[in-house]
Amino acid sequence: MSSDTITEPATRAVEDPAELKIVPTRHYARWAAGAAVVVLVAQFVHGLATNPVWEWNVFRDYVFSETIVQAVWVTLQLTAYATVLGFLLGTVIAFMRLSRSPVLSTVAWTYIWIFRSIPMIVQLVFWFNLSALYEELGLGIPFGPVFVSVDSNTLIGTIGAAVIGLTLHQAAYAAEIVRGGVLAVDHGQLEAAAALGIPRLRQIRRIVLPQAMRAILPTAGNEIIGLLKGTSVVYVMSIGELFYQVQVIYGRNGRVVPLLLVATAWYVVLTSLLSVAQYYVERRYARGADRTPPPTPLQRARRFVTKEST
Amino acid sequence: MSAVMVDVHGVHKSFGALEVLRGVDLEVRAGEVTVILGPSGSGKSTLLRTINHLEKVNAGWISIDGELVGYRRSGDKLHELKEKDVLKQRTNIGFVFQNFNLFPHLTVLENLVEAPVSALRRPRNEAEDTARRLLERVGLADKAAAYPRQLSGGQQQRVAIARALALEPKVLLFDEPTSALDPELVGEVLDVIKDLASTGTTMIVVTHEIGFAREVADTVVFMDDGVVVEQGPPAAVLDAPQHERTRAFLSKVL
Ligand SMILES: Nc1ncnc2c1ncn2[C@@H]1O[C@H](COP(=O)(O)OP(=O)(O)O)[C@@H](O)[C@H]1O
Ligand SMILES: [Mg+2]
Repeated sequence: MSSDTITEPATRAVEDPAELKIVPTRHYARWAAGAAVVVLVAQFVHGLATNPVWEWNVFRDYVFSETIVQAVWVTLQLTAYATVLGFLLGTVIAFMRLSRSPVLSTVAWTYIWIFRSIPMIVQLVFWFNLSALYEELGLGIPFGPVFVSVDSNTLIGTIGAAVIGLTLHQAAYAAEIVRGGVLAVDHGQLEAAAALGIPRLRQIRRIVLPQAMRAILPTAGNEIIGLLKGTSVVYVMSIGELFYQVQVIYGRNGRVVPLLLVATAWYVVLTSLLSVAQYYVERRYARGADRTPPPTPLQRARRFVTKEST
Repeated sequence: MSAVMVDVHGVHKSFGALEVLRGVDLEVRAGEVTVILGPSGSGKSTLLRTINHLEKVNAGWISIDGELVGYRRSGDKLHELKEKDVLKQRTNIGFVFQNFNLFPHLTVLENLVEAPVSALRRPRNEAEDTARRLLERVGLADKAAAYPRQLSGGQQQRVAIARALALEPKVLLFDEPTSALDPELVGEVLDVIKDLASTGTTMIVVTHEIGFAREVADTVVFMDDGVVVEQGPPAAVLDAPQHERTRAFLSKVL
Protein backbone atom coordinates (compact mmCIF):
# COMPACT_ATOMS: atom_id res chain seq x y z
CA MET A 1 0.00 0.00 0.00
CA SER A 2 1.65 3.25 -1.10
CA SER A 3 1.62 6.29 1.15
CA ASP A 4 0.18 8.69 -1.41
CA THR A 5 -3.16 6.90 -1.79
CA ILE A 6 -6.12 8.72 -0.34
CA THR A 7 -6.82 7.37 3.13
CA GLU A 8 -10.05 7.78 4.99
CA PRO A 9 -9.64 9.33 8.42
CA ALA A 10 -11.35 6.46 10.26
CA THR A 11 -9.01 3.80 8.92
CA ARG A 12 -5.82 5.81 8.89
CA ALA A 13 -4.33 4.17 11.95
CA VAL A 14 -4.51 0.63 10.54
CA GLU A 15 -2.13 -0.44 7.76
CA ASP A 16 -3.45 -3.90 6.90
CA PRO A 17 -7.22 -4.43 6.84
CA ALA A 18 -6.64 -7.99 8.07
CA GLU A 19 -5.57 -6.54 11.41
CA LEU A 20 -8.95 -4.92 11.99
CA LYS A 21 -10.43 -6.47 15.08
CA ILE A 22 -14.07 -7.56 15.18
CA VAL A 23 -15.92 -6.86 18.41
CA PRO A 24 -19.02 -9.06 18.64
CA THR A 25 -22.25 -7.56 20.00
CA ARG A 26 -22.78 -8.25 23.69
CA HIS A 27 -26.20 -9.82 24.36
CA TYR A 28 -26.78 -8.67 27.95
CA ALA A 29 -30.52 -9.47 27.94
CA ARG A 30 -29.88 -12.95 26.58
CA TRP A 31 -27.33 -13.60 29.33
CA ALA A 32 -29.71 -12.40 32.04
CA ALA A 33 -32.56 -14.55 30.74
CA GLY A 34 -30.20 -17.54 30.50
CA ALA A 35 -29.05 -17.08 34.10
CA ALA A 36 -32.63 -16.83 35.37
CA VAL A 37 -33.63 -20.04 33.60
CA VAL A 38 -30.56 -21.87 34.95
CA VAL A 39 -31.53 -20.87 38.50
CA LEU A 40 -35.13 -22.07 38.00
CA VAL A 41 -34.03 -25.38 36.51
CA ALA A 42 -31.54 -25.91 39.36
CA GLN A 43 -34.29 -25.27 41.90
CA PHE A 44 -36.59 -27.72 40.16
CA VAL A 45 -33.96 -30.46 40.01
CA HIS A 46 -33.04 -29.84 43.64
CA GLY A 47 -36.69 -30.19 44.61
CA LEU A 48 -37.04 -33.35 42.55
CA ALA A 49 -34.01 -34.87 44.25
CA THR A 50 -34.68 -33.85 47.85
CA ASN A 51 -38.46 -33.52 48.29
CA PRO A 52 -39.66 -36.69 50.07
CA VAL A 53 -42.97 -36.89 48.15
CA TRP A 54 -41.12 -38.43 45.20
CA GLU A 55 -40.00 -41.36 47.35
CA TRP A 56 -36.93 -42.15 45.30
CA ASN A 57 -36.23 -45.22 47.44
CA VAL A 58 -39.50 -46.79 46.21
CA PHE A 59 -38.57 -45.80 42.65
CA ARG A 60 -35.22 -47.57 43.10
CA ASP A 61 -36.89 -50.72 44.42
CA TYR A 62 -39.23 -51.04 41.49
CA VAL A 63 -37.56 -49.57 38.42
CA PHE A 64 -35.59 -52.75 37.63
CA SER A 65 -37.89 -55.19 39.39
CA GLU A 66 -38.78 -58.32 37.48
CA THR A 67 -42.45 -57.36 37.06
CA ILE A 68 -41.59 -53.97 35.61
CA VAL A 69 -38.86 -55.24 33.28
CA GLN A 70 -41.26 -57.91 32.10
CA ALA A 71 -43.92 -55.22 31.50
CA VAL A 72 -41.44 -53.07 29.57
CA TRP A 73 -40.76 -56.08 27.37
CA VAL A 74 -44.50 -56.48 26.67
CA THR A 75 -44.74 -52.77 25.80
CA LEU A 76 -41.80 -53.11 23.42
CA GLN A 77 -43.28 -56.18 21.77
CA LEU A 78 -46.65 -54.50 21.26
CA THR A 79 -44.90 -51.47 19.77
CA ALA A 80 -42.69 -53.55 17.50
CA TYR A 81 -45.49 -55.73 16.18
CA ALA A 82 -47.88 -52.85 15.62
CA THR A 83 -45.14 -50.77 13.95
CA VAL A 84 -43.97 -53.47 11.56
CA LEU A 85 -47.41 -54.86 10.73
CA GLY A 86 -49.03 -51.40 10.72
CA PHE A 87 -46.50 -49.96 8.27
CA LEU A 88 -46.56 -53.07 6.06
CA LEU A 89 -50.34 -52.94 5.82
CA GLY A 90 -50.22 -49.14 5.57
CA THR A 91 -47.81 -49.32 2.62
CA VAL A 92 -50.11 -51.75 0.80
CA ILE A 93 -53.10 -49.48 1.47
CA ALA A 94 -51.14 -46.42 0.34
CA PHE A 95 -50.35 -48.03 -3.02
CA MET A 96 -53.96 -49.23 -3.35
CA ARG A 97 -55.05 -45.65 -2.76
CA LEU A 98 -52.60 -44.45 -5.44
CA SER A 99 -53.51 -47.18 -7.91
CA ARG A 100 -55.39 -46.49 -11.11
CA SER A 101 -58.03 -49.09 -10.21
CA PRO A 102 -61.09 -47.28 -8.84
CA VAL A 103 -62.03 -50.36 -6.80
CA LEU A 104 -58.69 -50.56 -5.02
CA SER A 105 -58.47 -46.85 -4.36
CA THR A 106 -62.04 -46.68 -3.04
CA VAL A 107 -61.45 -49.63 -0.71
CA ALA A 108 -58.26 -47.99 0.55
CA TRP A 109 -59.97 -44.65 1.02
CA THR A 110 -62.79 -46.30 2.96
CA TYR A 111 -60.37 -48.21 5.18
CA ILE A 112 -58.53 -45.02 6.07
CA TRP A 113 -61.77 -43.17 6.64
CA ILE A 114 -63.17 -45.83 9.00
CA PHE A 115 -60.08 -46.58 11.04
CA ARG A 116 -59.20 -42.94 11.52
CA SER A 117 -62.73 -42.31 12.72
CA ILE A 118 -62.81 -44.96 15.44
CA PRO A 119 -60.99 -44.09 18.67
CA MET A 120 -58.27 -46.67 19.28
CA ILE A 121 -59.64 -47.59 22.70
CA VAL A 122 -63.07 -48.32 21.24
CA GLN A 123 -61.50 -50.54 18.62
CA LEU A 124 -59.41 -52.41 21.18
CA VAL A 125 -62.40 -53.17 23.38
CA PHE A 126 -64.23 -54.23 20.24
CA TRP A 127 -61.54 -56.76 19.28
CA PHE A 128 -61.34 -57.92 22.86
CA ASN A 129 -65.04 -58.76 22.70
CA LEU A 130 -64.82 -60.24 19.24
CA SER A 131 -65.95 -63.64 20.41
CA ALA A 132 -69.29 -62.11 21.31
CA LEU A 133 -69.80 -61.37 17.63
CA TYR A 134 -68.11 -64.26 15.85
CA GLU A 135 -67.81 -67.23 18.14
CA GLU A 136 -66.04 -69.27 15.54
CA LEU A 137 -63.75 -68.26 12.73
CA GLY A 138 -63.85 -70.67 9.85
CA LEU A 139 -61.82 -71.44 6.75
CA GLY A 140 -63.73 -72.37 3.65
CA ILE A 141 -65.33 -71.22 0.41
CA PRO A 142 -66.84 -67.72 0.64
CA PHE A 143 -70.58 -68.04 1.32
CA GLY A 144 -70.07 -71.83 0.99
CA PRO A 145 -69.10 -74.73 3.24
CA VAL A 146 -66.61 -74.24 6.08
CA PHE A 147 -63.74 -76.74 6.37
CA VAL A 148 -61.89 -75.75 9.52
CA SER A 149 -63.09 -73.58 12.34
CA VAL A 150 -61.66 -72.39 15.64
CA ASP A 151 -62.95 -70.55 18.63
CA SER A 152 -62.04 -66.93 17.89
CA ASN A 153 -60.88 -66.09 21.41
CA THR A 154 -58.40 -68.95 21.58
CA LEU A 155 -57.10 -68.14 18.12
CA ILE A 156 -56.60 -64.45 18.75
CA GLY A 157 -55.89 -64.28 22.47
CA THR A 158 -55.72 -61.06 24.41
CA ILE A 159 -52.30 -59.99 23.17
CA GLY A 160 -53.29 -60.93 19.64
CA ALA A 161 -56.41 -58.78 19.91
CA ALA A 162 -54.30 -55.88 21.11
CA VAL A 163 -51.81 -56.32 18.25
CA ILE A 164 -54.65 -56.49 15.71
CA GLY A 165 -56.29 -53.38 17.14
CA LEU A 166 -53.07 -51.38 17.26
CA THR A 167 -52.05 -52.57 13.79
CA LEU A 168 -55.34 -51.73 12.08
CA HIS A 169 -55.36 -48.31 13.71
CA GLN A 170 -51.71 -47.68 12.88
CA ALA A 171 -52.09 -48.86 9.29
CA ALA A 172 -54.64 -46.13 8.54
CA TYR A 173 -52.20 -43.43 9.64
CA ALA A 174 -49.18 -45.18 8.11
CA ALA A 175 -51.00 -45.37 4.77
CA GLU A 176 -51.37 -41.61 4.63
CA ILE A 177 -47.76 -41.05 5.69
CA VAL A 178 -46.47 -43.44 3.04
CA ARG A 179 -48.76 -41.94 0.40
CA GLY A 180 -47.46 -38.47 1.26
CA GLY A 181 -43.89 -39.71 0.90
CA VAL A 182 -44.58 -41.34 -2.45
CA LEU A 183 -46.26 -38.20 -3.78
CA ALA A 184 -43.18 -36.21 -2.77
CA VAL A 185 -40.99 -38.25 -5.15
CA ASP A 186 -40.41 -36.51 -8.49
CA HIS A 187 -42.60 -38.05 -11.20
CA GLY A 188 -39.58 -38.17 -13.51
CA GLN A 189 -38.12 -40.91 -11.34
CA LEU A 190 -40.93 -43.33 -12.13
CA GLU A 191 -40.79 -42.33 -15.76
CA ALA A 192 -37.06 -43.01 -15.96
CA ALA A 193 -37.56 -46.37 -14.24
CA ALA A 194 -40.36 -47.27 -16.64
CA ALA A 195 -38.29 -46.15 -19.64
CA LEU A 196 -35.50 -48.48 -18.49
CA GLY A 197 -37.94 -51.39 -18.34
CA ILE A 198 -37.42 -51.97 -14.60
CA PRO A 199 -40.19 -54.32 -13.37
CA ARG A 200 -43.09 -52.60 -11.60
CA LEU A 201 -42.56 -53.94 -8.08
CA ARG A 202 -38.86 -53.26 -8.33
CA GLN A 203 -39.61 -49.66 -9.39
CA ILE A 204 -41.52 -49.21 -6.17
CA ARG A 205 -39.09 -51.01 -3.87
CA ARG A 206 -35.82 -49.80 -5.31
CA ILE A 207 -36.58 -46.39 -6.82
CA VAL A 208 -39.70 -44.86 -5.23
CA LEU A 209 -39.77 -46.06 -1.62
CA PRO A 210 -36.14 -45.26 -0.73
CA GLN A 211 -36.68 -41.70 -1.94
CA ALA A 212 -40.09 -41.46 -0.28
CA MET A 213 -38.41 -42.44 3.00
CA ARG A 214 -36.94 -38.95 3.24
CA ALA A 215 -40.44 -37.54 3.64
CA ILE A 216 -41.84 -40.56 5.50
CA LEU A 217 -39.30 -40.90 8.30
CA PRO A 218 -39.82 -37.72 10.35
CA THR A 219 -43.58 -38.31 10.55
CA ALA A 220 -43.18 -42.06 10.96
CA GLY A 221 -40.82 -41.38 13.88
CA ASN A 222 -43.55 -39.34 15.52
CA GLU A 223 -46.05 -42.12 14.90
CA ILE A 224 -43.88 -44.86 16.37
CA ILE A 225 -43.13 -42.83 19.48
CA GLY A 226 -46.85 -42.06 19.75
CA LEU A 227 -47.55 -45.76 19.40
CA LEU A 228 -45.03 -46.67 22.12
CA LYS A 229 -46.87 -44.44 24.55
CA GLY A 230 -50.23 -45.30 22.98
CA THR A 231 -49.76 -48.98 23.91
CA SER A 232 -50.61 -47.86 27.44
CA VAL A 233 -54.30 -47.80 26.45
CA VAL A 234 -54.29 -51.60 26.19
CA TYR A 235 -54.39 -51.57 30.01
CA VAL A 236 -58.18 -51.64 29.44
CA MET A 237 -57.67 -55.22 28.23
CA SER A 238 -55.71 -56.16 31.37
CA ILE A 239 -52.54 -56.84 29.38
CA GLY A 240 -49.44 -56.70 31.53
CA GLU A 241 -47.72 -53.85 29.74
CA LEU A 242 -45.89 -51.10 31.58
CA PHE A 243 -48.74 -48.78 32.53
CA TYR A 244 -51.03 -51.64 33.55
CA GLN A 245 -48.42 -53.22 35.85
CA VAL A 246 -47.59 -49.89 37.44
CA GLN A 247 -51.28 -49.40 38.22
CA VAL A 248 -51.53 -52.90 39.66
CA ILE A 249 -48.58 -52.26 41.94
CA TYR A 250 -49.70 -48.89 43.22
CA GLY A 251 -53.20 -50.24 43.62
CA ARG A 252 -51.66 -52.68 46.08
CA ASN A 253 -49.19 -50.49 47.94
CA GLY A 254 -50.57 -46.99 47.43
CA ARG A 255 -47.23 -45.51 46.29
CA VAL A 256 -48.74 -43.73 43.31
CA VAL A 257 -46.17 -41.02 42.62
CA PRO A 258 -42.94 -43.04 42.62
CA LEU A 259 -44.52 -45.76 40.52
CA LEU A 260 -45.75 -43.26 37.96
CA LEU A 261 -42.16 -42.02 37.93
CA VAL A 262 -41.00 -45.56 37.17
CA ALA A 263 -43.30 -45.68 34.14
CA THR A 264 -42.27 -42.17 33.08
CA ALA A 265 -38.58 -43.00 33.32
CA TRP A 266 -39.00 -46.07 31.11
CA TYR A 267 -41.09 -44.23 28.53
CA VAL A 268 -38.49 -41.45 28.40
CA VAL A 269 -35.61 -43.91 27.99
CA LEU A 270 -37.40 -45.89 25.26
CA THR A 271 -38.45 -42.74 23.41
CA SER A 272 -34.88 -41.44 23.54
CA LEU A 273 -33.55 -44.69 22.09
CA LEU A 274 -36.13 -44.47 19.30
CA SER A 275 -35.13 -40.86 18.59
CA VAL A 276 -31.48 -41.81 18.28
CA ALA A 277 -32.38 -44.71 16.00
CA GLN A 278 -34.52 -42.36 13.91
CA TYR A 279 -31.60 -39.96 13.50
CA TYR A 280 -29.37 -42.66 12.04
CA VAL A 281 -32.06 -44.18 9.85
CA GLU A 282 -32.79 -40.73 8.43
CA ARG A 283 -29.09 -40.28 7.71
CA ARG A 284 -29.02 -43.60 5.93
CA TYR A 285 -31.83 -42.53 3.59
CA ALA A 286 -30.33 -39.08 3.02
CA ARG A 287 -27.50 -40.64 1.01
CA GLY A 288 -27.06 -38.78 -2.24
CA ALA A 289 -29.46 -36.01 -1.19
CA ASP A 290 -26.70 -33.51 -0.43
CA ARG A 291 -23.38 -32.92 -2.11
CA THR A 292 -21.58 -33.44 1.21
CA PRO A 293 -23.46 -35.29 3.95
CA PRO A 294 -23.49 -33.51 7.33
CA PRO A 295 -21.30 -35.12 10.04
CA THR A 296 -22.91 -37.26 12.75
CA PRO A 297 -22.95 -35.81 16.29
CA LEU A 298 -20.13 -38.23 17.14
CA GLN A 299 -18.02 -37.09 14.19
CA ARG A 300 -18.76 -33.50 15.07
CA ALA A 301 -17.72 -34.05 18.69
CA ARG A 302 -14.53 -35.82 17.62
CA ARG A 303 -13.68 -33.02 15.21
CA PHE A 304 -14.36 -30.47 17.93
CA VAL A 305 -12.05 -32.27 20.36
CA THR A 306 -9.21 -32.78 17.88
CA LYS A 307 -9.41 -29.18 16.73
CA GLU A 308 -9.28 -27.99 20.33
CA SER A 309 -6.25 -30.14 21.17
CA THR A 310 -4.12 -29.12 18.18
CA MET B 1 -29.66 -49.31 -47.86
CA SER B 2 -30.01 -50.55 -44.30
CA ALA B 3 -33.27 -51.83 -42.85
CA VAL B 4 -35.88 -49.63 -41.20
CA MET B 5 -35.28 -49.66 -37.45
CA VAL B 6 -38.00 -47.29 -36.29
CA ASP B 7 -41.24 -47.05 -38.22
CA VAL B 8 -43.83 -44.51 -37.11
CA HIS B 9 -47.02 -44.88 -39.09
CA GLY B 10 -49.97 -42.46 -39.07
CA VAL B 11 -49.69 -41.71 -35.36
CA HIS B 12 -52.40 -39.58 -33.75
CA LYS B 13 -52.33 -38.57 -30.12
CA SER B 14 -54.73 -36.35 -28.17
CA PHE B 15 -54.77 -35.10 -24.62
CA GLY B 16 -58.46 -34.59 -24.01
CA ALA B 17 -59.70 -32.27 -26.73
CA LEU B 18 -56.17 -31.19 -27.69
CA GLU B 19 -54.80 -33.13 -30.66
CA VAL B 20 -51.04 -33.03 -30.22
CA LEU B 21 -49.96 -35.46 -32.96
CA ARG B 22 -52.07 -35.29 -36.09
CA GLY B 23 -50.86 -38.12 -38.28
CA VAL B 24 -47.09 -38.45 -38.00
CA ASP B 25 -45.09 -40.71 -40.32
CA LEU B 26 -41.40 -41.28 -39.77
CA GLU B 27 -38.84 -43.87 -40.81
CA VAL B 28 -35.43 -44.21 -39.24
CA ARG B 29 -32.95 -46.64 -40.76
CA ALA B 30 -30.52 -48.71 -38.70
CA GLY B 31 -27.34 -46.81 -37.89
CA GLU B 32 -28.77 -43.45 -38.87
CA VAL B 33 -29.20 -40.28 -36.84
CA THR B 34 -32.46 -38.38 -37.16
CA VAL B 35 -32.68 -34.91 -35.65
CA ILE B 36 -36.14 -33.48 -34.95
CA LEU B 37 -36.50 -29.71 -34.96
CA GLY B 38 -39.58 -27.64 -34.28
CA PRO B 39 -41.06 -24.90 -32.17
CA SER B 40 -41.97 -25.53 -28.55
CA GLY B 41 -45.33 -27.27 -28.20
CA SER B 42 -45.19 -28.80 -31.69
CA GLY B 43 -45.37 -32.35 -30.25
CA LYS B 44 -41.70 -33.43 -30.40
CA SER B 45 -41.57 -34.78 -26.85
CA THR B 46 -44.95 -36.46 -27.24
CA LEU B 47 -43.73 -38.20 -30.40
CA LEU B 48 -40.60 -39.53 -28.64
CA ARG B 49 -42.72 -40.67 -25.70
CA THR B 50 -45.09 -42.59 -27.95
CA ILE B 51 -42.10 -44.37 -29.52
CA ASN B 52 -41.21 -46.02 -26.20
CA HIS B 53 -44.88 -46.24 -25.19
CA LEU B 54 -44.67 -43.81 -22.27
CA GLU B 55 -47.74 -42.39 -24.05
CA LYS B 56 -50.33 -44.55 -25.79
CA VAL B 57 -51.35 -43.56 -29.30
CA ASN B 58 -54.97 -42.94 -30.31
CA ALA B 59 -54.43 -44.14 -33.87
CA GLY B 60 -51.61 -45.46 -36.00
CA TRP B 61 -48.76 -47.71 -34.90
CA ILE B 62 -45.04 -47.76 -34.20
CA SER B 63 -42.59 -50.59 -34.71
CA ILE B 64 -38.99 -51.07 -33.66
CA ASP B 65 -36.96 -53.52 -35.73
CA GLY B 66 -40.19 -54.91 -37.15
CA GLU B 67 -41.85 -55.45 -33.74
CA LEU B 68 -44.96 -53.44 -32.84
CA VAL B 69 -44.51 -51.28 -29.74
CA GLY B 70 -47.17 -51.73 -27.05
CA TYR B 71 -49.43 -53.98 -29.13
CA ARG B 72 -49.69 -57.48 -30.52
CA ARG B 73 -51.33 -57.94 -33.87
CA SER B 74 -53.68 -60.78 -34.65
CA GLY B 75 -55.61 -60.51 -37.89
CA ASP B 76 -56.76 -56.93 -38.24
CA LYS B 77 -56.85 -56.29 -34.49
CA LEU B 78 -54.23 -54.75 -32.24
CA HIS B 79 -54.24 -56.16 -28.71
CA GLU B 80 -52.71 -54.03 -26.00
CA LEU B 81 -49.70 -55.69 -24.36
CA LYS B 82 -49.50 -56.24 -20.60
CA GLU B 83 -47.35 -53.78 -18.70
CA LYS B 84 -44.79 -56.52 -18.10
CA ASP B 85 -44.32 -57.02 -21.85
CA VAL B 86 -44.19 -53.30 -22.54
CA LEU B 87 -41.41 -52.99 -19.94
CA LYS B 88 -39.56 -55.80 -21.71
CA GLN B 89 -39.87 -53.94 -25.04
CA ARG B 90 -38.55 -50.73 -23.50
CA THR B 91 -35.20 -52.36 -22.81
CA ASN B 92 -34.71 -52.12 -26.59
CA ILE B 93 -35.37 -48.39 -26.58
CA GLY B 94 -33.00 -46.12 -24.67
CA PHE B 95 -34.45 -42.79 -23.53
CA VAL B 96 -32.44 -39.76 -22.40
CA PHE B 97 -34.46 -37.07 -20.65
CA GLN B 98 -34.01 -33.32 -20.73
CA ASN B 99 -33.51 -33.20 -16.95
CA PHE B 100 -31.48 -36.44 -16.70
CA ASN B 101 -33.77 -38.20 -14.17
CA LEU B 102 -30.87 -40.07 -12.61
CA PHE B 103 -31.73 -41.92 -9.41
CA PRO B 104 -30.28 -39.58 -6.78
CA HIS B 105 -30.13 -42.13 -3.97
CA LEU B 106 -28.01 -44.55 -6.00
CA THR B 107 -24.37 -44.14 -6.95
CA VAL B 108 -23.44 -43.60 -10.57
CA LEU B 109 -22.46 -47.28 -10.90
CA GLU B 110 -25.72 -48.44 -9.28
CA ASN B 111 -27.66 -46.21 -11.67
CA LEU B 112 -26.05 -48.05 -14.59
CA VAL B 113 -26.37 -51.53 -13.13
CA GLU B 114 -29.99 -51.37 -11.94
CA ALA B 115 -31.87 -51.97 -15.21
CA PRO B 116 -29.57 -54.63 -16.72
CA VAL B 117 -29.80 -56.63 -13.48
CA SER B 118 -33.52 -56.23 -12.78
CA ALA B 119 -34.95 -56.02 -16.30
CA LEU B 120 -32.55 -58.23 -18.28
CA ARG B 121 -31.50 -60.50 -15.36
CA ARG B 122 -27.81 -59.99 -16.12
CA PRO B 123 -25.39 -61.22 -13.44
CA ARG B 124 -24.36 -58.27 -11.28
CA ASN B 125 -20.60 -58.52 -11.82
CA GLU B 126 -21.08 -58.72 -15.56
CA ALA B 127 -23.34 -55.65 -15.46
CA GLU B 128 -20.76 -53.81 -13.39
CA ASP B 129 -18.02 -54.54 -15.88
CA THR B 130 -20.20 -53.22 -18.70
CA ALA B 131 -21.08 -50.17 -16.60
CA ARG B 132 -17.44 -49.34 -15.96
CA ARG B 133 -16.63 -49.68 -19.65
CA LEU B 134 -19.49 -47.32 -20.51
CA LEU B 135 -18.40 -44.80 -17.89
CA GLU B 136 -14.97 -44.83 -19.43
CA ARG B 137 -16.53 -44.25 -22.82
CA VAL B 138 -18.35 -41.11 -21.61
CA GLY B 139 -15.23 -39.96 -19.77
CA LEU B 140 -16.45 -40.54 -16.22
CA ALA B 141 -14.51 -43.64 -15.14
CA ASP B 142 -13.51 -41.91 -11.89
CA LYS B 143 -17.10 -41.07 -10.90
CA ALA B 144 -18.45 -44.61 -10.43
CA ALA B 145 -18.83 -44.20 -6.67
CA ALA B 146 -20.17 -40.63 -6.74
CA TYR B 147 -23.83 -39.74 -6.23
CA PRO B 148 -25.53 -37.89 -9.13
CA ARG B 149 -25.94 -34.64 -7.17
CA GLN B 150 -22.18 -34.51 -6.69
CA LEU B 151 -21.76 -34.13 -10.47
CA SER B 152 -22.15 -31.18 -12.82
CA GLY B 153 -25.15 -31.08 -15.16
CA GLY B 154 -23.03 -32.14 -18.12
CA GLN B 155 -21.59 -35.07 -16.19
CA GLN B 156 -25.06 -36.12 -15.04
CA GLN B 157 -26.33 -36.17 -18.61
CA ARG B 158 -23.33 -38.24 -19.70
CA VAL B 159 -24.16 -40.72 -16.91
CA ALA B 160 -27.77 -40.77 -18.14
CA ILE B 161 -26.56 -41.61 -21.65
CA ALA B 162 -24.35 -44.39 -20.29
CA ARG B 163 -27.33 -45.68 -18.26
CA ALA B 164 -29.44 -45.89 -21.42
CA LEU B 165 -26.59 -47.63 -23.29
CA ALA B 166 -26.20 -50.23 -20.52
CA LEU B 167 -29.25 -52.05 -21.88
CA GLU B 168 -27.67 -52.21 -25.36
CA PRO B 169 -30.82 -50.77 -26.92
CA LYS B 170 -31.59 -50.96 -30.62
CA VAL B 171 -32.35 -47.25 -30.74
CA LEU B 172 -31.60 -44.26 -28.50
CA LEU B 173 -34.09 -41.41 -28.09
CA PHE B 174 -32.90 -38.01 -26.82
CA ASP B 175 -35.38 -35.37 -25.70
CA GLU B 176 -33.54 -32.04 -25.70
CA PRO B 177 -30.52 -33.56 -23.93
CA THR B 178 -28.69 -30.24 -23.60
CA SER B 179 -31.54 -27.83 -22.87
CA ALA B 180 -31.11 -27.98 -19.09
CA LEU B 181 -27.36 -27.35 -19.26
CA ASP B 182 -25.24 -24.24 -18.83
CA PRO B 183 -23.89 -23.19 -22.25
CA GLU B 184 -20.31 -24.24 -21.49
CA LEU B 185 -21.47 -27.80 -20.64
CA VAL B 186 -23.43 -28.38 -23.86
CA GLY B 187 -20.31 -29.32 -25.86
CA GLU B 188 -19.25 -32.26 -23.69
CA VAL B 189 -22.69 -33.90 -24.02
CA LEU B 190 -22.91 -33.31 -27.77
CA ASP B 191 -19.42 -34.81 -28.13
CA VAL B 192 -20.62 -38.03 -26.51
CA ILE B 193 -23.63 -38.18 -28.84
CA LYS B 194 -21.40 -37.51 -31.87
CA ASP B 195 -19.12 -40.34 -30.78
CA LEU B 196 -22.15 -42.66 -30.61
CA ALA B 197 -23.24 -41.52 -34.08
CA SER B 198 -19.83 -42.33 -35.51
CA THR B 199 -20.08 -45.90 -34.20
CA GLY B 200 -23.40 -46.52 -35.91
CA THR B 201 -25.89 -46.20 -33.06
CA THR B 202 -29.44 -45.59 -34.30
CA MET B 203 -30.65 -42.35 -32.73
CA ILE B 204 -33.52 -39.88 -32.75
CA VAL B 205 -32.49 -36.57 -31.24
CA VAL B 206 -34.83 -33.70 -30.44
CA THR B 207 -32.70 -30.59 -30.09
CA HIS B 208 -32.42 -26.89 -30.83
CA GLU B 209 -28.70 -27.19 -31.66
CA ILE B 210 -28.74 -26.47 -35.41
CA GLY B 211 -24.95 -26.80 -35.71
CA PHE B 212 -25.14 -30.28 -34.23
CA ALA B 213 -27.94 -31.23 -36.63
CA ARG B 214 -25.92 -30.06 -39.59
CA GLU B 215 -22.84 -31.98 -38.51
CA VAL B 216 -24.32 -35.26 -37.27
CA ALA B 217 -27.78 -35.82 -38.71
CA ASP B 218 -28.45 -38.12 -41.65
CA THR B 219 -32.01 -36.81 -41.71
CA VAL B 220 -33.47 -33.62 -40.31
CA VAL B 221 -37.18 -33.60 -39.56
CA PHE B 222 -39.06 -30.36 -39.05
CA MET B 223 -42.26 -30.66 -37.00
CA ASP B 224 -44.90 -28.04 -36.40
CA ASP B 225 -48.35 -28.24 -34.88
CA GLY B 226 -48.37 -32.04 -34.61
CA VAL B 227 -47.29 -32.90 -38.16
CA VAL B 228 -44.00 -33.45 -39.97
CA VAL B 229 -43.74 -30.39 -42.22
CA GLU B 230 -40.67 -31.50 -44.11
CA GLN B 231 -37.75 -33.86 -43.83
CA GLY B 232 -34.57 -34.63 -45.69
CA PRO B 233 -30.78 -34.39 -45.51
CA PRO B 234 -29.52 -31.47 -43.37
CA ALA B 235 -28.29 -29.55 -46.40
CA ALA B 236 -31.76 -29.62 -47.94
CA VAL B 237 -33.87 -28.86 -44.87
CA LEU B 238 -31.53 -26.39 -43.17
CA ASP B 239 -30.13 -24.53 -46.16
CA ALA B 240 -32.94 -24.76 -48.70
CA PRO B 241 -36.19 -25.27 -46.79
CA GLN B 242 -39.22 -25.79 -49.00
CA HIS B 243 -41.87 -24.62 -46.55
CA GLU B 244 -42.61 -21.20 -45.19
CA ARG B 245 -43.02 -22.53 -41.63
CA THR B 246 -39.56 -24.15 -41.73
CA ARG B 247 -38.02 -20.92 -43.00
CA ALA B 248 -39.76 -18.90 -40.27
CA PHE B 249 -38.54 -21.28 -37.57
CA LEU B 250 -34.96 -21.42 -38.84
CA SER B 251 -34.74 -17.65 -39.12
CA LYS B 252 -35.55 -17.47 -35.42
CA VAL B 253 -33.08 -20.07 -34.15
CA LEU B 254 -30.13 -19.50 -36.48
N1 LIG C 1 -49.72 -35.10 -20.43
C1 LIG C 1 -50.24 -34.04 -21.13
N2 LIG C 1 -51.49 -33.60 -20.88
C2 LIG C 1 -52.00 -32.58 -21.57
N3 LIG C 1 -51.35 -31.89 -22.53
C3 LIG C 1 -50.09 -32.26 -22.81
C4 LIG C 1 -49.46 -33.35 -22.13
N4 LIG C 1 -48.20 -33.50 -22.62
C5 LIG C 1 -48.07 -32.55 -23.57
N5 LIG C 1 -49.18 -31.81 -23.69
C6 LIG C 1 -49.40 -30.70 -24.66
O1 LIG C 1 -49.07 -31.20 -25.92
C7 LIG C 1 -48.45 -30.21 -26.70
C8 LIG C 1 -47.15 -30.73 -27.24
O2 LIG C 1 -46.27 -30.93 -26.18
P1 LIG C 1 -44.80 -31.48 -26.38
O3 LIG C 1 -44.88 -32.78 -27.08
O4 LIG C 1 -44.15 -31.48 -25.06
O5 LIG C 1 -44.14 -30.40 -27.32
P2 LIG C 1 -42.61 -30.08 -27.61
O6 LIG C 1 -41.79 -31.16 -26.98
O7 LIG C 1 -42.51 -30.04 -29.08
O8 LIG C 1 -42.32 -28.75 -27.01
C9 LIG C 1 -48.31 -28.98 -25.82
O9 LIG C 1 -49.35 -28.10 -26.11
C10 LIG C 1 -48.48 -29.55 -24.42
O10 LIG C 1 -49.05 -28.59 -23.58
MG1 LIG D 1 -40.34 -31.10 -25.48
